[in-house]
Amino acid sequence: MASQETRLLFRQIDEPGLASIETYRELGGYRAIEKAYKEMTPEQVLKELEESGLRGRGGAGFAMGKKASFLPRGGMDKYLCCNADESEPGAFKDRELMQKNPHQLIEGIIIAARAAGANRCFIFIRGEYDLQGDILDAAVEEAYEAGFLGEDVLGTGEQVELVVHRGAGAYICGEETALLDSLEGKRGNPRLKPPFPAVQGLYDGPTLINNVETLSNVPHIVASGADWFKSMGTEQSPGTKVVSVSGDVKRPGNYEVELGIPTRTIICDLAGGPLEGREIKGFFPGGSSSPVLTADEGLDLPYSFEAMQEAGSMLGSGSIIVFDETTSVVELALRTARFYHHESCGKCTPCREGTNWTVKMLERMIRGQATPIDLETVASVQDNIIGNCLCVLGDSMAMPIGAMVKKFRGEFMAAIERGVPGASLGAPSGDTAIAPHGGEPPEPARVGVA
Amino acid sequence: MSPLLPKRGRPWTTDPGHIHDAPEPPPMPDEQELVGRDIPADEVEVVRASGEAREPHGEPAPVPEPAEVEVPQELADQIRKAMSRYPRKRSAAIPALWAVQRRYGWCTPEGIRQAAAVMGVTPAYLQSVASFYDLFRLEPQGEHQVLVCTNISCWLRGADDLLEAFKRATQRVAKPSAPEPGTPGREAEEVPDDVFVRGFECLGACDIAPMASIDERYYGPLTEDDARNVVEQLRAGGEVLPDKRLEDRKVAGGSDAREVEG
Repeated sequence: MASQETRLLFRQIDEPGLASIETYRELGGYRAIEKAYKEMTPEQVLKELEESGLRGRGGAGFAMGKKASFLPRGGMDKYLCCNADESEPGAFKDRELMQKNPHQLIEGIIIAARAAGANRCFIFIRGEYDLQGDILDAAVEEAYEAGFLGEDVLGTGEQVELVVHRGAGAYICGEETALLDSLEGKRGNPRLKPPFPAVQGLYDGPTLINNVETLSNVPHIVASGADWFKSMGTEQSPGTKVVSVSGDVKRPGNYEVELGIPTRTIICDLAGGPLEGREIKGFFPGGSSSPVLTADEGLDLPYSFEAMQEAGSMLGSGSIIVFDETTSVVELALRTARFYHHESCGKCTPCREGTNWTVKMLERMIRGQATPIDLETVASVQDNIIGNCLCVLGDSMAMPIGAMVKKFRGEFMAAIERGVPGASLGAPSGDTAIAPHGGEPPEPARVGVA
Repeated sequence: MSPLLPKRGRPWTTDPGHIHDAPEPPPMPDEQELVGRDIPADEVEVVRASGEAREPHGEPAPVPEPAEVEVPQELADQIRKAMSRYPRKRSAAIPALWAVQRRYGWCTPEGIRQAAAVMGVTPAYLQSVASFYDLFRLEPQGEHQVLVCTNISCWLRGADDLLEAFKRATQRVAKPSAPEPGTPGREAEEVPDDVFVRGFECLGACDIAPMASIDERYYGPLTEDDARNVVEQLRAGGEVLPDKRLEDRKVAGGSDAREVEG
């Protein structure tokens, strides 16, 4: 059998000392940067990235080279922000990439800065990733000492500055305009678009924002060329993808695969399939904001941006969360909705109120206090959120909840009739609990299966 | 809605979503039971829209005069260094608050005033930033922090039980005793100073679910026994779960991987 994992970003990932600049250079690192700065013009670097077809790995899947080409040319302060605020439930690939191979990312940032003409770069890393932040701080310092960063990159006279900026716990800051506000030292509220960040972003300057994994691909594309990169993956989704698999599987973890391999291979072979004696009921194919797929409709799809889109879902950040037949979808919906309710910044009414209503209605269903009209209301609230806010946080709840109601309608109807026996309503984030109907002490919903 | 509402159990005071670590809310009244029920007069308060009972408030605090605020040298240096790294000084708001929190254990009003004096912004500005982000503590929260992830992947693997185990181990919440009908099943007890436990949204480590961030380092997968051990180890000042540290874990898979080189 052909190998299922294809390690490009994960090549020699567990080599001792890879996080240090010496080991990274011994293994061939920082060669692409020499090529990009000494043998290529910025236009050539940009062209290479555009031709590679590399798509953003943070969720939207937008072509990275095209995004960089939107920045105006000319002499002015331009910014590059690496989005390392990985906070979507189910996603943990950037954590691994930054912790194990920080220089791959830094090299990617310096090269992308040349393509975009950016001179000031930031890595916005979520505050919870303290260890990874420390590792990046040390790596950036090493890169400055080696002359890859600073006022005179590799003696070419180009200036690239890089600062590691730590957030402080807010999912919304992964949204690119909220990230910019947070980086400017404000509360992380999203901005109205347009103007898009490429025109008016950080400090009102042109700004390119890319995900950690996207930028980590850049050195490899520059070193070996767009054609080589396109030889992996599918026509519309070239390259590899680090897929985070978690939930009810035997071997959760990060697996790097060529895009387009069967989803079943990722879940059942690499991640070991469902737990002993269990069956997969469904899964989120691209993080908690992607519409869920049932096992029947999803397992045999190729894992690529276009196939997931055709199936009515999305590849998103490439995070698969599997749930098996012991999971109540109504409870799953409540967990999902609670997260977005908690993280909604409150700026736009449909999201602020819609997430709140959804949580309350789902709680009523679980308590067995709902009426059939609640189900229609839940569905219509989701429809009224989508497309009506400044950012897609509300949509990120509406899409999976809408899909759950549609695909598992029977479970919701059963909950409306008699609640979800044994379900726990313990609120996860606020540390508060609503007493279930009748004042019974909350029973744990599930026993630990680890 | 009628202005006459029972004092206890006003639904808008029990919203669990926005306030972290709010005190245990009163039980939700069963709406059906309230219909047509006579509420005794002493259980009713009239909600008035006027602000006559409010405290009078003056002008907000201005930007503190640097000469009037005594700032520890180390803290001032940290904040100035952060400011120098950005094109605009306000970008240093979050780094400055981190510095304050690391120094004082939480974002104390005095610490915020000191940071505001160094940065040349109002304390209210920094307070407004601090209150947006989950990791900034606006009240003292103990010497050690345990954040237990309760999001989807961890929940699927038993995070609710893990959180309860941590809370039991720190005795923050007593075991549920036979509750009176209509009262919450558990009573909050005095919070011990040393170990603070809190449920948290996804921490980005679903591969080691169920997991927790203990003093800003990740550990998992955790069992209920681990929870007890962690609290003991933290209190004894020893190393925490050396065999469950995320930083020592290798990447999953790899035995049969094809490595490609650019």
